[in-house]
Amino acid sequence: MKRTLLRAAIFVAVLLVIYGLGVACEAGFTEYVQRIVLLAGINVILAVGLNLINGTTGQFSIGHAGFMAVGAYGAAYVGVQLAPVAHRALGTGAVSNAFSFNLALLAGALFAGLSGLIVGLPSLRLRGDYLAVVTLGFGEIIRILFNNATFLGAATGYFGDDPSGLPAYTTFFWVYAWVALIVVLIHNLTFSQTGRSLTAIREDEIAAEAMATPTTRLKVTAFAISAATAGIAGGLFAHMQAGVRPEDFRFEKSIDMIVMIIVGGLGSISGAILGGIFVAVSLELMRDLQQYRLVLYALLLIVIMIVRPQGLLGRRELYQLFRKRKAGSGLESSR
Amino acid sequence: MSLLELRGVDKIFGGLHAVRGVSFAVEKGSIFGLIGPNGAGKTTLFNVITGVYRPEHGEILLAGKDLAGLRPARIAARGVARTFQNIRIFRSMTVAENVMVAGHHLHSASIADAMLRTRRYEQDERALGKRAHELLEIFGLSHLAQEVAGSLPYGSQRRLEIARALMLSPELLLLDEPAAGMNSQEARTLNEQIRFLRDKLGLTVILVEHNMAVIMKVCETIHVVDHGETIAQGNPAEIKVNPAVLAAYLGQEEPNNQARS
Repeated sequence: MKRTLLRAAIFVAVLLVIYGLGVACEAGFTEYVQRIVLLAGINVILAVGLNLINGTTGQFSIGHAGFMAVGAYGAAYVGVQLAPVAHRALGTGAVSNAFSFNLALLAGALFAGLSGLIVGLPSLRLRGDYLAVVTLGFGEIIRILFNNATFLGAATGYFGDDPSGLPAYTTFFWVYAWVALIVVLIHNLTFSQTGRSLTAIREDEIAAEAMATPTTRLKVTAFAISAATAGIAGGLFAHMQAGVRPEDFRFEKSIDMIVMIIVGGLGSISGAILGGIFVAVSLELMRDLQQYRLVLYALLLIVIMIVRPQGLLGRRELYQLFRKRKAGSGLESSR
Repeated sequence: MSLLELRGVDKIFGGLHAVRGVSFAVEKGSIFGLIGPNGAGKTTLFNVITGVYRPEHGEILLAGKDLAGLRPARIAARGVARTFQNIRIFRSMTVAENVMVAGHHLHSASIADAMLRTRRYEQDERALGKRAHELLEIFGLSHLAQEVAGSLPYGSQRRLEIARALMLSPELLLLDEPAAGMNSQEARTLNEQIRFLRDKLGLTVILVEHNMAVIMKVCETIHVVDHGETIAQGNPAEIKVNPAVLAAYLGQEEPNNQARS
């Protein structure tokens, strides 16, 4: 009981802090900078989610932009359908908007998670790199599907029924509330028996299997969770720019995500957070060099592989940097 | 009734008949040795028993129930634990984590429980940690619990593998060359530990080993295979003088004795 109260208090406190930071951000930064801050938050969600499957579980997905696209379109579409219902029930205020926005995000996450399940079930039954091949194909197929789906605007993109486009629901508060929630949930998952089993699969799948680990089920579950977080990021992304276009989710987007987790350190949640922020900022700094972006990223990856192959943090978390490694031992209480 | 029974097991890899009609029964509570020259099919037999390979023919019965077609994880959950010839620990994880991974049966908390850190999750986590610590204690590894497993010396890694296998609470333990790379002192300790597993923990042990000092000392029954086929079975005293076994290990006998084999 006391625990529940304490947790509720922390929860409210975190939301208040995020709200405060949001107010400060809107007052102190230009709109241009604010946009980068929001993109950084969305990147963090993408990176932390992708890290669960690529870093912790060691199964390489290189088409995560596809799941982001499913989440973006799903959330945008559901949001548009939901808004009038919410307006009738809750009025036109902030509460009603928050309600339909978050429900839309969850719907997007659900669609993305389900497509993760569909992609993961056949390809994760096998050992090896099949997932990379299948996700690569999936990312392209999804984009082409949206490119041709007339009820979602086809190549022009989906802008809702309103001439001004999708409502700009995505604010600092919502982005970072979702960041906080997803980081905590994924962190808790990673440092648990499930997380240990996922790491064991990465380390040695045959041995994990011999230790009664239900490898296929865990891999598919982790992949679906990862896809669902990409879906949330997609939904947030959709509602910060009036509409979603198929070309927002090209192969380059998937590469961006992989760069995020490799720069920070594959397998580290703090690394994924740093990597997400890094990519958001560097993309802006390189804006004038747009067409050379992939070249620069390739160079960057090569340099990282030579100088620091384990990424910025390796597999450690930020809070483990200054003490001997004893990740998630569970022998003493983990909190 | 025997705990494990193989009946006419065949395993074929392309043109290689790796295991040919092997049958044996392992009594509950016994220490059973499986020996043979290199490439005789011992590890293949282990892989067939644990479900890594599917046999072409034959039955594998665990306490009378057929294991055919089950995935390795299912077979492990039914109480068949193993170690590997070339150590397969989870190198980047800590020693304690390595052992805890095998504790699925002590763990009922769902993924949602883990994400929300519910009470049930914490109870499970404590139970896992406690059991892991007990096992590490038995194998003299508890002071290394927080070390990264890959950094352990070879002998400790072998013991860690056994500790991890025991975390499954198995009935049957398959040890694939546990004494490989050990010096004679370490091998003697291993002897004691294997006996301990049987006497105190009530395990049935199948042992693949090239170290005859270990095999002859601890095994009650020894099964010998060569080129995938059974060539002998008996107690250590019988195996030591069995001509077929000697021929397999030492090559052909003198011409005047050849008629016997």
